[in-house]
Amino acid sequence: MIYLDHAATTPVRPEVAAVMAECLTSDGVFANPSSIHGPGIAAAARVRVAREQVAGAVGASPPEIVWTSGATESNNLGLLGAARYYAQRGRHLVTAKTEHKSVIDAARQLESEGWQVTWLKPEDGVRVAPEQLEAAVRDDTVLVSLMQVNNETGVVQDIARMAAITRARGIVFHVDAAQALGKCPIDLSQIPLDLMSFSAHKLGGPKGVGALFVRMRPRARVKPLMFGGGHERGMRSGTIATHQVAGMGLACTLAVAEQAVEQTRLAGLRDHLWARLSQALPEIHRNGGDAAVVGNILNVSFAGVDGESLRTDLPELAVSSGSACSSGGSEPSYVLRALGRNDMLADASLRFSLGRESTEADIGAAAEQVIAAVRRLRALSPRWGRAA
Amino acid sequence: MIYLDHNATTPLLPQALAAMQEFLGQAYGNPSSVHGAGRLARTAIDSARAQVAALVGAQASQVLFTSGGTEANTLAIKGLAGENFPVLVAATEHASLLDTAGQLRRQGLPVRELQVASDGMIEPAAYARALADAPRGLVSIMWANNETGVIQDIKALAAQAAAAGWLFHTDAVQAAGKRPIRFADSGAQMLSLSAHKIYGPKGVGALILDRRVALEPVQPGGGQERGLRGGTENVAGIVGFGVAAELALQRLTVRARRTEQLRELLEDSLKSLENIEIIGTSAPRVGNTSLISLRGFASETLLMALDRRGIAVSSGSACHSGNGQPSHVLTAMGVPETSARGAIRVSFGEDNSEADVGALVEALRALIAEHDAARSSSLFGEVG
Repeated sequence: MIYLDHAATTPVRPEVAAVMAECLTSDGVFANPSSIHGPGIAAAARVRVAREQVAGAVGASPPEIVWTSGATESNNLGLLGAARYYAQRGRHLVTAKTEHKSVIDAARQLESEGWQVTWLKPEDGVRVAPEQLEAAVRDDTVLVSLMQVNNETGVVQDIARMAAITRARGIVFHVDAAQALGKCPIDLSQIPLDLMSFSAHKLGGPKGVGALFVRMRPRARVKPLMFGGGHERGMRSGTIATHQVAGMGLACTLAVAEQAVEQTRLAGLRDHLWARLSQALPEIHRNGGDAAVVGNILNVSFAGVDGESLRTDLPELAVSSGSACSSGGSEPSYVLRALGRNDMLADASLRFSLGRESTEADIGAAAEQVIAAVRRLRALSPRWGRAA
Repeated sequence: MIYLDHNATTPLLPQALAAMQEFLGQAYGNPSSVHGAGRLARTAIDSARAQVAALVGAQASQVLFTSGGTEANTLAIKGLAGENFPVLVAATEHASLLDTAGQLRRQGLPVRELQVASDGMIEPAAYARALADAPRGLVSIMWANNETGVIQDIKALAAQAAAAGWLFHTDAVQAAGKRPIRFADSGAQMLSLSAHKIYGPKGVGALILDRRVALEPVQPGGGQERGLRGGTENVAGIVGFGVAAELALQRLTVRARRTEQLRELLEDSLKSLENIEIIGTSAPRVGNTSLISLRGFASETLLMALDRRGIAVSSGSACHSGNGQPSHVLTAMGVPETSARGAIRVSFGEDNSEADVGALVEALRALIAEHDAARSSSLFGEVG
């Protein structure tokens, strides 16, 4: 199997798994980090190191990092928590149709609670422009939530310019950076946003752990979703999973250290894949364009083939059609539709997402398999025959 | 280090670690992905669901995985509470429940605390009165208390709730793996579990849910866990939970007998010491827990002194460690402050031995002797 689905999840790095194993069994640092006896203090020290690692990776200070069970919880805590804290200021939220499902569902939840939501749609078919945000914010806008890197197309948005707009108006700005950390430089000491979501399993860390950055100066506030125990400065209760946060900390440090070199390498492989496909196959479309896309993602729509048939025809290739979170459903990607693709093209799309393990040989084999499958399906397709 | 704090957390079983390592290694797929790597992860989650269900006599389809006991408790309460759906929680519940209840009350929702008798048990008359107050609602009463080990008669309480038209949730985090639990026969519609209290990993738990109960998700997004809990599943954690649950069921009798023997040995040995009181003994308790009060001591001083001697115990719940407040559980039971202030919780696990008990008793004896010597010399000093 060729695994080109790193935007869905990544393998845990062996050194990360090794650190995690040290925090689990009776000969390791297994105690509850809230316990005040020696073993508990040893566990708390591991948690502290991990917090410093995550903070260091994004230019934050350690107390600004709040552990969660993953980016979905971070997004929920960021949106619902901030909205509920600041509700007395107004009840208007700005977000985009191309956000991750967890942001969309949290925004819909707020709509059901009486909030007004402005759903931005990338006007140029690629990304939300800062001017669009500027036009959408109102006097009663409390919160803006936009992702830094889109999970389906890899498109990078200009978060710094957006943050300047929200900060000037005193609006809380939340950014979902689940797909950005480890791929784009993030320096929160320079970008005046308030809340940012991270996930460990997208960058070589374990599933089931993430973090929310909550700025201390000026202080951003969220109402907790979970109470009890007062962990994480009261913002998120529940016993901290030492092995999970230790794994996330190390994975962040490693990913950020290798980021520049690795992104250049992967962008080279990715561009090679696109060159192979676009030379061999007419009528294919690169979703998200080719400017300002993270180095590891390529999203392609293939005219004249049925999406479901295409995926079944590629049994040895682990890729996805859009987000893994929506892949259970048979709906074509809402992200690609928001970018202006019709249902047919949105459905007949593949997301290739490369990672640390990806090699030139993988890319070559993947290209061959996809080219063969598309040619085979097009040969069988009466629709393609007419179009050609 | 002698670890006597298994109610705070337990070490992971080597078998659970071995199973987890596969999913921290080669088997890394996202269970929502439809390709082979994803399907492998999905299958592993399904097996764990069956293993966890078996531990508590539930069906696999009733198991909803969460990030831990706190999230399970939060989901149970917040997912149902409403203006016309009052919530009744025991005053001795875990902080995750009481704090959630407190937050709902501040939002103006009808939430009430149910007082307990001096032995920690729910008072039947007060319970009946509370249930009669509304035609429906949600009761939440923990199966076994994390500080005292006191066990409630869940079956009777749930039956009474059902007769009054109320739904019933029980936090079974401290009961699971320590005594037999059958969700199907309990009369409860919801039951919370945590993996790291049964020798599984931290960061994973479950809400066992009767699917006829219409819960609102606390964490939407992504549609996982039948739309009730969004987010990519913690596959390795869930797999570890499954293995821990299977072994907990296999070893249930042995573990329960073994830890109860150690507790009896401890409590018998302490009888010879003065100014010591064991709290909650007049009620049924889980076998591994002993809440010991040493009059004249402060819990934290005792805890640190024992820690210096290489013995890890707790002053009540780890979640409240360090805040110096008397335990809300003991306050609710009406334990006098002089006793509550010097309480330490000893919770045994499967790795403990008679020698560990001996070391603890010796340490306590020495601490009491030091304390008495210091006290008499200071008395002497005052006289002189």
